[in-house]
Amino acid sequence: MAETLVPQPASDGSAERLARIRAGLSARHSRERRFRFYGIAAIAAALGFVAILFTMILYKGLPAFTQATLEVEVFFDPEVISVDPMPVQQQGQSQAEFRRAMTDWQRQATMVNWNRIVEAAVRNAAPGTEADSRQLLSIVETNARFELRDRFVADPGILGSTARVKMLASANADNWLKGNINRDLPDAQQQLAAPARELADRLYENGHIRFAFASHIFTNVDSRSAPASAGLAGAFVGSLYMMLVVIVLAVPIGVMSAVYLEEFAPKNRLTDLIEVNINNLAAVPSIVFGLLGAAVFINYFRLPLSAPLVGGLVLTLMTLPTVIIATRSALRAVPPSLRQAALGLGASKTQTVFHHVLPVTYPGILTATIIGVAQALGETAPLLLIGMNAFVAQIPGTPLDQSSALPVQIYLWQGNENRNFFEARTSAAIIVLLGLMLTLNAIAIFLRSRLERRK
Amino acid sequence: MNTALVAALLLLLLGFAYQAGWSRSRSLATTGGRLHSRPVYHGSLAAIWALVPALLVLALWTLFGTTATRAYIIAQLPAEIASQTGAALEGAIARIRQIESGFGVVGETAPYENAAAQALREFRLLTFAVVLASAAGTGAIGLWLARRRITTALRARNEVEKAVRIVLIACSVVAILTTVGIVASLLSEAIRFFTFVSPADFFFGTVWNPRFSTTGSGPSGEYGLLPLLWGTLMVAGIAIAVALPIGLMTAIYLSQYARPRVRSTIKPIVEVLAGIPTIVYGFFALVTVGPFLATLGQSLGLQIRATSALTAGVVMGIMIIPFISSLSDDVIRQVPRAMRDGSLGLGATKSETIKRVILPAALPGIVGAFLLAVSRAIGETMIVVLAAGNSPYLRLNPGEPVSTVTVTIVNQLTGDTDFASPQSLVAFALGLTLFAMTLVLNVAALYIVRRYREQYE
Amino acid sequence: MHMPSEKIVPSSDLYAISSSTVRTPDESPRPVRVTARDVSVFYGAKQALFDVSIDIPEKAVTAFIGPSGCGKSTFLRCLNRMNDTIEDCRVNGRIELDGQNIYDAALDVVELRARVGMVFQKPNPFPKSIYENVAYGPRIHGLAKNKAELDAIVEASLHKASLWSEVKDRLNEPGTGLSGGQQQRLCIARAIAVSPEVILMDEPCSALDPIATAKIEELIDELKQNFTIVIVTHSMQQAARVSQRTAFFHLGNLVEEGPTDMIFTSPGEKRTQDYITGRFG
Repeated sequence: MAETLVPQPASDGSAERLARIRAGLSARHSRERRFRFYGIAAIAAALGFVAILFTMILYKGLPAFTQATLEVEVFFDPEVISVDPMPVQQQGQSQAEFRRAMTDWQRQATMVNWNRIVEAAVRNAAPGTEADSRQLLSIVETNARFELRDRFVADPGILGSTARVKMLASANADNWLKGNINRDLPDAQQQLAAPARELADRLYENGHIRFAFASHIFTNVDSRSAPASAGLAGAFVGSLYMMLVVIVLAVPIGVMSAVYLEEFAPKNRLTDLIEVNINNLAAVPSIVFGLLGAAVFINYFRLPLSAPLVGGLVLTLMTLPTVIIATRSALRAVPPSLRQAALGLGASKTQTVFHHVLPVTYPGILTATIIGVAQALGETAPLLLIGMNAFVAQIPGTPLDQSSALPVQIYLWQGNENRNFFEARTSAAIIVLLGLMLTLNAIAIFLRSRLERRK
Repeated sequence: MNTALVAALLLLLLGFAYQAGWSRSRSLATTGGRLHSRPVYHGSLAAIWALVPALLVLALWTLFGTTATRAYIIAQLPAEIASQTGAALEGAIARIRQIESGFGVVGETAPYENAAAQALREFRLLTFAVVLASAAGTGAIGLWLARRRITTALRARNEVEKAVRIVLIACSVVAILTTVGIVASLLSEAIRFFTFVSPADFFFGTVWNPRFSTTGSGPSGEYGLLPLLWGTLMVAGIAIAVALPIGLMTAIYLSQYARPRVRSTIKPIVEVLAGIPTIVYGFFALVTVGPFLATLGQSLGLQIRATSALTAGVVMGIMIIPFISSLSDDVIRQVPRAMRDGSLGLGATKSETIKRVILPAALPGIVGAFLLAVSRAIGETMIVVLAAGNSPYLRLNPGEPVSTVTVTIVNQLTGDTDFASPQSLVAFALGLTLFAMTLVLNVAALYIVRRYREQYE
Repeated sequence: MHMPSEKIVPSSDLYAISSSTVRTPDESPRPVRVTARDVSVFYGAKQALFDVSIDIPEKAVTAFIGPSGCGKSTFLRCLNRMNDTIEDCRVNGRIELDGQNIYDAALDVVELRARVGMVFQKPNPFPKSIYENVAYGPRIHGLAKNKAELDAIVEASLHKASLWSEVKDRLNEPGTGLSGGQQQRLCIARAIAVSPEVILMDEPCSALDPIATAKIEELIDELKQNFTIVIVTHSMQQAARVSQRTAFFHLGNLVEEGPTDMIFTSPGEKRTQDYITGRFG
């Protein structure tokens, strides 16, 4: 109806123009659709990577949290365990002398052929097995004998009695029972001899081997001789010490540095240079900080190798720019009216900053700190250069003791020769590490929302 | 116990000085008119005056105490033992320390040892008492001086604030010292390395074969940087090839197409990739991506190794995606809306607007993000340590293993070589190269991004 | 995301379009180019425009005036569906361009915007050369067959925008290097280059100084020979100077609409009277 009322003037060429526009439309719209598809594909790829990564880690790592565990009656046979009575400290005997006597006695206890005790217990649990001694012991973790010894040393009165003892099955037995190794492979490629495999199956069937929650992952330290019993406790404590060092040093230094640069420093060439310097430091590869640590802390100041203190110092220097940058942007976001109000009431510059401006930025600083600490927690490369990749089989007592760290432990475990077993173990360690980082981030988000609401 | 005693002394000094300053100013206020600063500041100022000298004394002792004690022990030893060197001397010293500590040593103690231990015990007690006393003394003098200075007119607050300012400046200097420390340590160790190997052989050499020599018989092996540099660039190139299109398209889609709800859900999920430790990526590459690419290559008739430049590059690319996407997102969102509306108002489709107006406008910022991503890729360590195969040869095929600068730094410094050998020192020359490369990239990127921000502010 | 059918309540063809011609002060009645009936706009739950109905005559300048926030810009942006780009924005009612419903699913928004061009409040040249700025529209729409044709379009558009003499020697310099007034004329040239039938101008002079404003006003006066122009302005003097018809908006309502001289001399509504005499605004 309206078309007839307003005829298109043909003279100005607009009909031809419209025709040209229309001719191109379908191609342009399909280009548009294609472009949008690329966008969706890119997002799908990114999300897909996240999904694959987490699925892979969980799929590989979760089975490692349960482990084949042997539970048998153990007879502490006095014929096999023939040692002197435990020494008692004499009057006038020096600490060193007594310790030596004690060590001698413990050495005696260690010399006992505990494997015979273990073997007897296992044979008792699976009567008539064809496995010889060596094959039989290959399904029990090698640290079982130390556990029996420790039990005896702790309570020598146990001699001659029977106790129910849980011990870990060996890594190879765990592989076999979990099906981590192809059961159809020929003998030569199997990790366990045929009678041992048969024995493991039998113990599993009669309930002496069960899959139990592997709490030792959290309580034990790393172990080379007894891989099935290797745990993260040492690395965890090492990481904890490093995080403490980072928090104690990076946060106050970083915050104060940011306060100075943002609130007090004159704006000139020098502060400009400092700003560039800090931004650059934030992007310097982490391994360069490792080199700094190796050259300065280890080689120049002669601080001990593999010590969490040194690791913490290196990570502090790495985290510092993050804290400074975040604090500065938090300070920048504080409205100038707040400063003017405080200054107008007669507060000095320092009072204004510390009493009025800084408290407003706490949520921002807190979040940045936690994110920085989480980043530091996952850092590996610089720690390798200050010797934290050394094998350490004890929980560090102080930040100056030798120690490993969680990410370094992952690095060490992924390189273990027993791939079948350690792939799962490494993934489990990754789950623990990611879990910790996730917790830290969740805390950051929670605290930020709480603090911001209170404001 | 000693630490506890020192801490107790310091606390006591702090409390006492603060109290003294506070009450003195307070009493002045009641008798002699208006104070310039509140008593809190007088207290704090007195505490600073008391603590700083005491801390100085203690710091001096921690610096020189061990050396002094050691010298004293050696002085107590009979001449024929004191003239020994190395392990024998150290053993003798350790024995005396152990006897002195009351823990005892194994075996009979020689009479001279007992005497030395006894002397050492007295020496320790004496020096400790002296140090403690002088710390307390200097603290007291400081306090006395500070207290004498207190008048109603004393600008205590300004002085305390000056002290605070000094602490703040000291903290800011840490960041500068870090850079100085990096440059100084890398340079000095690299120069030591260049006394073994000429810079020309290092920078232009095409063979990397440092041959770990346990005998330590001078410089052996060849230290050509080029194979490592080539590997680094190849892996970084592959990483960028993966990350740039995915990251950029993700940023474009999230900022231009996605609804706010979709955006606020997907953005954090993508950024999860940025929080994952690199060692985890390395493991992922080794266990999943490498075998996958190898199988894929096999089915395509290509020879791809499980650990190769390709594996490391692809996984590094995944790691860099959120880095590129969030930086580009920032940059794209800074392009004024008016620019976008201008194009849409002319009848351009969204994709035409993005390709022809928004991206050209955001280009400097995106280039900055790109440079930062390259810098991160060449400095990345753990992924390449685990997944690049560590094979320092000049090869063109990305399906073959390579080695990179960072991998080699780790290899050279985690072996059991002498720190002063060229095999170890070369790590610092490599680190210097790496630092210089990333410095140039970072500064260029920061400069470009800053200029870009200013343009739209 | 372009789902025009969602943005509009299905309207029947029962709308009787009252008049097909509109009187302008200087000339005889003119044919209507754009017709709006009962247009309401919502941002989320908030209604910004209430049942606006208006006819816009061809080859004349129609001015929308009113205090800020009255909905005049919102309505202007409905005319080439720029409101589509705003999240949560919903348009009800019917708007026709040459009798065709522009919110119809069958109509391509790209084509619509090629026919209804727009000039914005702040000059927004693209970060490209002057030439590329003007050539942008013809290029994306494929209007020129070859370089010579494109050159001709660019030159003609710059002429029409009275900018040619000022920039002909520096066509390759960036458009952002021009002065504010020149930038706005460049944006007008950019819009003209597509030869739209209608040009919408959203307060085109609000960011300019008086001299630049005068130039733009002069230009608008010339452009009305060839184009149908709708201009939003907060300056009543400007509306009086450049427009033939004026519509007064207040609080989302179209209060009154008519020949400019009539609106300014004998408004029918008290609110219009109050506004033009400066009681509020």
